Amino acid sequence: MAHGPATLADGWGKYISRWVFTTNHKDIGTLYLWFSFAMFIMGGAFAMIIRAELFQPGMQLIKPEFFNQMTTMHGLVMVFGAIMPAFVGLANWLIPMMIGAPDMALPRMNNLSFWILPFAFAILTSTLFMEGGGPNFGWTFYAPLSTTYAPDTVNYFIFGVHIMGASSIMGSINIIATVMNMRAPGMTYMKMPLFVWTWVITAFLLVAVMPVLAGAVTMMLMDINFGTSFFDAAGGGDPVLFQHIFWFFGHPEVYIIILPAFGVVSQIIPTFSRKPLFGYSSMVYATAAIAFLSFVVWAHHMFTVGMPIAGELYFMYATMLIAVPTGVKVFNWITTMYRGSLTFETPMLFSIAFVILFTFGGFTGMMLSIAAADMQYHDTYFVVAHFHYVMVAGAVFSGTAAVYYWLPKWCGRMYDETMGKVQFWIAFIGFNITFMPQHFLGLAGMPRRYADYGLQFADWNMVSSIGAFMYGGAQILFLFNVIRTIGWGKPTDDPQVWEGAEGLEWTVPTPAPYHTFATPPKVK
Amino acid sequence: MSTEGTYYVPDQSKLPIFAATGMGVMAYGAASWVLEGGTATIFLFGSLIMAAVLYKWWSIVIDENMRGLASPQLKQSYVLGMLWFIFSEVMFFACFFGALFYVRVLVNSWIGGEAAVGWFDDTPTDAAAANAEHLWPGYEATWPPMITPDQAVNGDAAQFKGPDQAMNNPGIMGWVSWLPFWNTVVLLTSSFTVHVAHVALKDGNRKKFNTWLGITVLLGFIFLVLQVEEYIHAYQELGLTLESGIYGTTFFMLTGFHGMHVTLGTVMLLIQWLRGLKGHFSQDDQFGFEAASWYWHFVDVVWVGLFIFVYILT
Ligand code: HEM
Ligand SMILES: [Cu+2]
Repeated sequence: MAHGPATLADGWGKYISRWVFTTNHKDIGTLYLWFSFAMFIMGGAFAMIIRAELFQPGMQLIKPEFFNQMTTMHGLVMVFGAIMPAFVGLANWLIPMMIGAPDMALPRMNNLSFWILPFAFAILTSTLFMEGGGPNFGWTFYAPLSTTYAPDTVNYFIFGVHIMGASSIMGSINIIATVMNMRAPGMTYMKMPLFVWTWVITAFLLVAVMPVLAGAVTMMLMDINFGTSFFDAAGGGDPVLFQHIFWFFGHPEVYIIILPAFGVVSQIIPTFSRKPLFGYSSMVYATAAIAFLSFVVWAHHMFTVGMPIAGELYFMYATMLIAVPTGVKVFNWITTMYRGSLTFETPMLFSIAFVILFTFGGFTGMMLSIAAADMQYHDTYFVVAHFHYVMVAGAVFSGTAAVYYWLPKWCGRMYDETMGKVQFWIAFIGFNITFMPQHFLGLAGMPRRYADYGLQFADWNMVSSIGAFMYGGAQILFLFNVIRTIGWGKPTDDPQVWEGAEGLEWTVPTPAPYHTFATPPKVK
Repeated sequence: MSTEGTYYVPDQSKLPIFAATGMGVMAYGAASWVLEGGTATIFLFGSLIMAAVLYKWWSIVIDENMRGLASPQLKQSYVLGMLWFIFSEVMFFACFFGALFYVRVLVNSWIGGEAAVGWFDDTPTDAAAANAEHLWPGYEATWPPMITPDQAVNGDAAQFKGPDQAMNNPGIMGWVSWLPFWNTVVLLTSSFTVHVAHVALKDGNRKKFNTWLGITVLLGFIFLVLQVEEYIHAYQELGLTLESGIYGTTFFMLTGFHGMHVTLGTVMLLIQWLRGLKGHFSQDDQFGFEAASWYWHFVDVVWVGLFIFVYILT
């Protein structure tokens, strides 16, 4: 095609139809990323409401019923609306450029995968305004809370999850087909950048477990509306069955969230260490091992549910095994930095923080995996602290790092380094002020998901809320920095952008043209 | 469209946004339909959009293929897409089979007061017995459970009532007059006939292809008729319904989802048959048909699993 994509200069009509009808992986990547950021802001607003209410003991701002809706929606929106689409957006932008492909394998399906999401989340959030309110049973939607005792709007939740899942499955199939089928000549599997590797394994996990999630919500639907008894012991079913199915999906899901993040930092750390990644092939095998193990550890979320002792032991040891490949990864990142000539640009700062804080979250994970100890930790703020260390300091930090790292390549403009660093430090400090105290609260016995708490928990909760507002503020700065860069950042046309950057995406012009690698490059 | 390259990257397309709209309307419509006093209008409207889009979408893809835009590499993308889609379907069924095994092997004995995991230790413990005595006194673990725990405790006031009769395996000698057996025969035969059709097409024998594919579609249809027959039998004569406790639940959900997939597979094959009559496909280009036939084999394998675990092992 001779002319480029429609811009605002071509008029609103053309401009909007470009985005709505697009089949271009870069456009679709951009759509995913903006959608994800919008959801991040929305989920963040829910979190602010939660933390504002928990600022002091007693009920101040909202009703407990609404508090429950906020915790539920916060979790759902962040996991399915913010983090997952963010990485799919990165995959769209980067995978074709990294493997030398002209586009994704199935471009029209790619567009469909994206445009389902706004519908799914419109359906989900619309329940907040319906009679009975939104989902209030926690993001893990355990039966019977989500069946027998759920508000009527749960049906909207169920079908929203259904189409969201369809979007994920199509997106993943597309990624798998692209990686298996569209690599440039010479781009063998073991030459693929780690981001591509982690994503293709993630996509495999998604295709395997999203249907299981669909099964879970289908069973709920039937129990609620059609008299089946999957999750009702009176009919011979079992509410615990729900937990098994949910976590068979849920544990791989947490790795779906973190594996692409591993990929991102495995790209960034070598660049700013000016050294190739240490232990490339062990990284690939470790990723595969983690993915495999993630299918066989799910019931570590259910230690207190009354499993037979054999189950407790098995799931405890299996879970602990995950520390081995994870340790391999952390070791490799650190060894990559060892004796490198390091510089600390914003993406690198976020990546180093990732390594430190993710490892911290991994350690608390190890504590939780001790079945006997988990009797005490389970469903306390200790768990909340654990998973925010891995999901926020893990996935969200790496997503932020990725945006700063590749933004100059995408739009041909440099972001403001000072502002980036300021954002980093506010985010880093704010994050730790928010979630470090939650470990103490949890160990002292504060249960999660309650709108109120005993007076002995007051101090740390106030600290935590202050940190949360700080962390929230950092995101406004982030948004501002990104918009400023796209509109008014310092232009650059250096294809490599970063001195130490390696890989095919850094060989195409900056900003990346609308179509790259229409004819595949030769990879030596 | 990037004509420079060899891989066909389609131009902007209006199809996906209509498909997404269709799905959104369907989801919203379905949710409002199942509510008390809800109607199907919105859902049906969404389905109409969806059906129209799918028809258009596949017509376009077929047309692109006829115009020679589909390189072998693009076809490989379609192949991968279909295979991984089938894999996702496998996992969907795995979820329901997993639920069946869990309920049947573990939950049922727990509710009945027997001890934990058979492989490790199946001596009833006092705790297990006491537990059952406390929660569901009188419930005896059998499969299929003809009396639900609810009934054991509440008698006629129970919300969940077991079936009058189960879909029992009459023993191998009685199979001749046993519907599920004939369903198995029909479906397995159809897997074979679709294969014969495939071989015929590869040999360039179009007449034979049309005939055998036609037979396959017919067999799929017969299977569905028999299945409906069986459901009527279950509801009217055995008192076995979706609401007959966990047995009815797993029975109808597993066979029901399988039936829906057979329906989809039959429609897919029917479309391929019509395309065959129109002269589509050639000796070395027949992806649409192949994809449908893989799907068909998959549906078949699921049935074998159902036949063993839902029907025979009762
Ligand atoms: C070394 C690795 C890890 C181990 C051993 C581990 C272990 C655990 C255990 C045992 C629990 C259950 C605690 C309880 O509910 O009592 C848990 C909860 C959780 N973990 Fe991890 N974890 C690890 C890494 C991760 C990662 C990488 C993520 C996500 C990026 C993650 C996300 C979560 C989430 C979301 C929950 C809580 C779910 C909920 O109940 O809402 N974990 N983890
Ligand atoms: Cu887990």
